[in-house]
Amino acid sequence: MTSAPLLAHKDPEAVFAWRPDGPVSVGEYLADAAALAGQLPATGYLLNLCHDRYRFAVGFAAGLLRGMTSLQPSSQSAETLRRLQADYPGLVCLCDGDTETLDLPCLDFPDLAVPRGEFLQGAGNRKNEPKTEFSAPQIPADHVAAILFTSGSTGLPQAQPKTWKKLVQNGRAEAIALGLDRQPHAIVGTVPVQHSYGFESTFLLALHGGGAFWAGKPFFPQDIATALDAVPQPRLLVTTPFHLSTLLAAGLDLPPVDLLLSATAPLSTTLAAEAEARTGAPLLEIYGSTESGQLASRRTTDGPVWTLLPGVRLETEDDRTIACGNHVEGRVALSDLIELLPEHRFLLHGRHADLINIAGKRTSLAYLNHQLGAVPGVIDGTFFLPDEAGPDGITRLTAFVVAPGLSARQVTVALRERIDAIFLPRPLVLVDELPRNSTGKLPRGELQALYAEKVSHG
Amino acid sequence: MSEAFTPEAVEALLPEVAALIISALNLDMAPGEIEADAPLFGDGLGLDSIDVLEIALVISKQYGFQLKSDNEDNIRIFSSLRALTAHIASQRTK
Repeated sequence: MTSAPLLAHKDPEAVFAWRPDGPVSVGEYLADAAALAGQLPATGYLLNLCHDRYRFAVGFAAGLLRGMTSLQPSSQSAETLRRLQADYPGLVCLCDGDTETLDLPCLDFPDLAVPRGEFLQGAGNRKNEPKTEFSAPQIPADHVAAILFTSGSTGLPQAQPKTWKKLVQNGRAEAIALGLDRQPHAIVGTVPVQHSYGFESTFLLALHGGGAFWAGKPFFPQDIATALDAVPQPRLLVTTPFHLSTLLAAGLDLPPVDLLLSATAPLSTTLAAEAEARTGAPLLEIYGSTESGQLASRRTTDGPVWTLLPGVRLETEDDRTIACGNHVEGRVALSDLIELLPEHRFLLHGRHADLINIAGKRTSLAYLNHQLGAVPGVIDGTFFLPDEAGPDGITRLTAFVVAPGLSARQVTVALRERIDAIFLPRPLVLVDELPRNSTGKLPRGELQALYAEKVSHG
Repeated sequence: MSEAFTPEAVEALLPEVAALIISALNLDMAPGEIEADAPLFGDGLGLDSIDVLEIALVISKQYGFQLKSDNEDNIRIFSSLRALTAHIASQRTK
């Protein structure tokens, strides 16, 4: 394979996206992408910050047509933007609406004003002939289409390059695993399109599963109900355990849903069963990571066993589990404890202690501690994740900080420049010293005791 | 919709909504410490989108209406305690 099509749709008049003012066809999407491509630089890096899922999709395709690479950091903090600017000279931001981009060169998403209904290279002249010869633009298979970022064990963000071929294979494999290749769904996602789960399960899944997506990112439960109502059945809701539990707790009458998808954090069987009972739709969970892409799925109410996506393999190497095959880039060591079972199945037994996952955003304690230590005036400090309150709740981080002369609020303001808001400590506790042992380490038991004394009063 | 509301009615409702936020988020502060006109996000109270969903849930239970915005990045009613309280006063059904 030397090239792969931009999208899997065969009919230029098929719906590609649903917007509040109505559907956008595949042909209109391609025309919008071609028009935007004319305004982008040839080659280089595109930081696509569009909130609107459709505009993101146009920007992504336009970048591909120009030979650009889409940068998709896990946060948009000032520190992250500065690092990207340093590491990827000449990057261009694409924005819609209010977005903080410092002094980076920024292109506001233009009013493309492509005349609807007349376009389209490859579709033929539709006045004279029927739509027979439609063919989507071809993208070089080995082009690095996107770079997603994770926090590595060193504490610094690590780039995860994805070639176009692998992204296409990922979208196809997920479509097959969910059955969307046989029955395309209209996809409504509560997750951002730039992060790996939303990128794969809303954008790539529609692009290479042949479906359509809702352009918005519904937030409040009522918004989710409204978005579902705005697209035709069958409908797929792509969400997280937290959004799902909030949605069910709101007690709304939901429009019919045909399939539910959850990822980013463990989902309790109780919540899964309630979600299925309330909607009548099966709930599937996706397992994967930004490094490996999506690896497996399961129906939570069927039990704990995961089934690998088509073509994906897991292998044991020393004490680690390695993912490879199909859309996995190379051989990716997983940070989870995994028990392999026959017939492409496995059990998941927990995560590495250094990794933090809050509401689907991932980082490592090492990274957070590195950022905390870099705040001027902080002499010593550590983040601490208390034992979880409940399986579907959100547990917040605490930080213990030695910073004579600074207030907790001053340290928090400085931290906000450096880390995603979801990881900001709540609370940040100033202490005289940290309970380091003779080797300088911080035993978890000591931190738990400090937490009990200063925070939980227990 | 509910009865008409006045700035005085909003003012009177502020402590109740402040207490609701503090209890929903387990914040370690007194209701009077939330400044009525300071931003709830960013440099003010530092709330994020997860907090907003938690608060939205208790508001819907307490005051009998659903919040709408269609975009977590555009939640003007959460710009300050006073803005949120005024929205509640105008929308509450109980």
